[in-house]
Amino acid sequence: MNNYVPIIGLEIHVELKTKSKMFCGCKNDPFHAPKPNMYTCPVCLGLPGALPVANKKAIEWTIKLGLALGCEIPLFSKFDRKNYFYPDLPKGYQISQYDQPLAVNGFLVIPSVVEESNLSVSGVRDPSTRRFTPSVGMTNKKRIRITRVHLEEDTGKLLHATVQGKKISLIDFNRSGVPLVEIVTEPDIHSSEEAKAFLKKLHQIVRYLDISDAEMEKGSMRLEPNISVSGRRLAVSGKRIELPNYKVEVKNINSFNFVKKAIDFEVNRHIELLDRGETPIQETRGWDEKKGVTYSQRIKEEAHDYRYFPDPDLPPMRWEKSQITNLKSQIPELPDEKIIRFVNTYQLPEVDAIRLTENKELADYFEKCIKYQVSSIKKNEVSAKDTANWLLNKKIHIVKISPEELIKQIAQAKRKVTVDPGLLQQVLQEVLLQNSKAVADYKAGKTGVLMFLVGQCMKELKGKADAQEICAKLEETLKT
Amino acid sequence: MKNKTTFSAADVHHIAQLANIPVTEAEEKKLETELGFIIDLVNQLQEVDTTGVEPTHQVTGQINVFREDEVDEERMLVQEEALRNAKNTHDGYFVVDAIFEEE
Amino acid sequence: MLLDKTIAELAKGLRNKEFTSVDLIEECYQTINQVNPKINAFITLIKKPDVLKIALQRDAQRTSSSSPLHGLPFILKDTYNTKGILTSAASHVLNGHISQYNATVYQKLLDAGAILIGKMNMDAWGHGATNENTDYKPVKNPYDTSRVAGGSSGGNAAAIAARMAVFGIGEDTGGSIRNPASWNNITGLKVTYGRVSRYGCIAYASSFDTVGPMGKTVEDCALVLETIAGKDPYDATNSPHPVPPYFEELLNISSKDTVIGLPKECFSEGLDLEIKKSTEVAAKELESLGFRIKEISMPMLTYGLAVYYLIAPSETSSNLGRYDGIRYGLGREYFTPETRRRIMVGTYALSAGYYDAYYKKAQQGRTLFIKEYEKAFTQCDVLLMPVTPHPPTRLGKAVDDPMQNLLIDVYTVTQNPVGVPSLALPCGFTATGLPIGMQLVGKMFTESLLFQVGHAYQQVTDWHKRKPNLIEAA
Repeated sequence: MNNYVPIIGLEIHVELKTKSKMFCGCKNDPFHAPKPNMYTCPVCLGLPGALPVANKKAIEWTIKLGLALGCEIPLFSKFDRKNYFYPDLPKGYQISQYDQPLAVNGFLVIPSVVEESNLSVSGVRDPSTRRFTPSVGMTNKKRIRITRVHLEEDTGKLLHATVQGKKISLIDFNRSGVPLVEIVTEPDIHSSEEAKAFLKKLHQIVRYLDISDAEMEKGSMRLEPNISVSGRRLAVSGKRIELPNYKVEVKNINSFNFVKKAIDFEVNRHIELLDRGETPIQETRGWDEKKGVTYSQRIKEEAHDYRYFPDPDLPPMRWEKSQITNLKSQIPELPDEKIIRFVNTYQLPEVDAIRLTENKELADYFEKCIKYQVSSIKKNEVSAKDTANWLLNKKIHIVKISPEELIKQIAQAKRKVTVDPGLLQQVLQEVLLQNSKAVADYKAGKTGVLMFLVGQCMKELKGKADAQEICAKLEETLKT
Repeated sequence: MKNKTTFSAADVHHIAQLANIPVTEAEEKKLETELGFIIDLVNQLQEVDTTGVEPTHQVTGQINVFREDEVDEERMLVQEEALRNAKNTHDGYFVVDAIFEEE
Repeated sequence: MLLDKTIAELAKGLRNKEFTSVDLIEECYQTINQVNPKINAFITLIKKPDVLKIALQRDAQRTSSSSPLHGLPFILKDTYNTKGILTSAASHVLNGHISQYNATVYQKLLDAGAILIGKMNMDAWGHGATNENTDYKPVKNPYDTSRVAGGSSGGNAAAIAARMAVFGIGEDTGGSIRNPASWNNITGLKVTYGRVSRYGCIAYASSFDTVGPMGKTVEDCALVLETIAGKDPYDATNSPHPVPPYFEELLNISSKDTVIGLPKECFSEGLDLEIKKSTEVAAKELESLGFRIKEISMPMLTYGLAVYYLIAPSETSSNLGRYDGIRYGLGREYFTPETRRRIMVGTYALSAGYYDAYYKKAQQGRTLFIKEYEKAFTQCDVLLMPVTPHPPTRLGKAVDDPMQNLLIDVYTVTQNPVGVPSLALPCGFTATGLPIGMQLVGKMFTESLLFQVGHAYQQVTDWHKRKPNLIEAA
């Protein structure tokens, strides 16, 4: 098994959350539309004579995403027509980008955990959160090359139904023309965990840029791994691997975990075939999440020949360097930079920084807390680490509790545990003396009265103590 | 007129399929020569040396023609209007015969 | 007839209450009823009572600041979307297609107060030069009903020639305005690409398609263009170039400073001798007006048809992809043989393995065309060329020989890939009484100059004032 190297590339589609569609002014909100075919116009319905005009914001966002993924932004780009026939494609062609996409040659660094050519994963998995945390220190980072990032329009949505005994397909064009970004990686990924790590990171960046909901359930982020297995041993990491002469694309996956499962399933399937001396067929497969298997989709008889050509309805795009610089300056601080800054500025362990920056809302909330700490007297009472611990270990509802409120809670909690030991001892003794019956009961085996005694102590201390600590101390005293 | 370029039945069939044009066998036969005529005509261009010549895809001379990201309510069609010319509709949807669920 | 008058004369008469829009409509419908059955120019004739109602409103609304087009009956090639009215592109594929929105050009004319009376027959999707590729039966030439009206905007040209409407909007992809204009003795303009919005105009070949006026005179075309030109946010290829007051500028020309070039390639083999003679006589006429005439050479023009019949079918194969019968109309089996051929040639030219040899090669050829025109315009200001190689063909001839149909466009297909404007205007008749036209071609956005030269010519000639005997007889 170790002789085999999985070769995985990813194709990801992300729907942009612009107000209007890509080439017309229709409302872009297909998921929340109360009725089918209510956000349409001559353009996105493909009526005769209608013409597209490109949405500036969608183009800028795509460039920003490209920049965030370390891409080059060619100074020339254009839209092309991809011609094919399908009922959900109203014009008989999709406006997409062929040979001159908006962004090319990028990369994304993922916290890789896979050393060499194997399928197993070495990493740290927190059993309580089931969260995968890469072996920290960002030491074994891995660069996944991104081939291109391009912008296109989404198709309508097909539903299948049986009406009066007749099988029919229903078409809703609310989604037709929604701006759709496609990100394509090189086949640099060699395990399902890496694929998942890449997707999580990409998802995180998209959310940081605030350009898409990127919700897989809703289909606003769609994942398509293409998988093959190379028989060649990967001797030294970094050395070129010979690419197999086939690849299998898996569609219809709507979660990161399913991507992982689908890849594992495929890799094992390919290895079994290869072991038998067979070569897997190049095909598109679907993912059955209930059974946890992939299945062959009918291979289209005619080969794809999309007859791409530049869309004559849309003048090309040409950028000044200053326009790109300007867009770059609008990109917010991204997770990687934030992690480093959190570690350096707040002296946080990297694990905490990684987890705090997982989503921008949490990271921003954390920094608001710090700001409040600095500007208030709570400064010395609550450290950045205290705040991080609370945010990461207690389920803090960051929408319901304001940063100020949270800092107050942390401060109060900290005060509880810093009761003067002398005072504590004194109160303890008094309570035991005043409650001799309870003490007797306890000694007779009715250990349940312990909580009563704890309560009495807390009452005396006006709640400013740690109940657990009192409990322990009481038990200790009573035993002697 | 006799044409130099001829298309085989398979060629015509393949092009018709790509173009999504239903053609009968008799029509296919006719198209073998008719398409050949046109290709003969355009083949004249092969005499012209275009080495190093950039193709021109449009003559607007314009670049970066965009629209702002604004909803254009005025142009949107209400559902009833959107469906108005369709032969088959159901519950606000356009309808086609059941197609293989590719995705 | 009132309809013999120019737009400026009609506007003045309406303003001075010498006659009314209702009078104009009455006259149009009378002519239509008598003549249309003989020439078949209309696909949709708007119901007369509906039109009269609008005409009454217009008559009541008219003020001194009304547009010169206010209250004038006009027609549209049936390729323009008109909300609530059938738009068929002369194809059964669009049976029952009641437009769901308005084309920009139509909206602009409505805003100016003009009155639509009909949607005109044409070659289906613009695919043709004789108006025989139509599912609504061919349009016949009003000068000889055994002959074609030309295409693809044949219904427009025949109807204007026969005084059924004051002016019309045609569409020109490779000669579709100019060819029928010439064969029907009217004036038509292929505008600079992007001069008029294409929004709502059913696309034939998107990078060639132009929306332009057709009328009896140069002056009429100038007035219509003023109204329909200009920026439209719904068409990204539309030009922001300012729209000059074409009508006002008609006389602003110094003929001695204007050089008119005659490309010798257009006057050689293949050109009908009577057309050649008429065009040369017209050149003499212009010379006598003080214009300087110069013979030039444009060898690239020879490859015009090859470039055109690769790019236009390629784009049309994609543009016609939307006609699947799901959202409107009928299925793809209803395309005519001519349209199928164009779709299939285009599909072939774009397909894997042939793209470079055909589509790309043609777009490179297009670049050479642009250079050829640039070079020509260093030697002259305006080019004078024939429009068609021969007079209107007999009905059925081009259908029997599909190649014939393609060759008719030989002089008109080279301007569209370049984008330059071209004005077609009457310059004579054959011995048998068939109209002959010529075209004046200029640099990008020099419509004004073309109008000036054409107008100067029409001031000293009266070809454009002649009309078919058919209506005299009616």
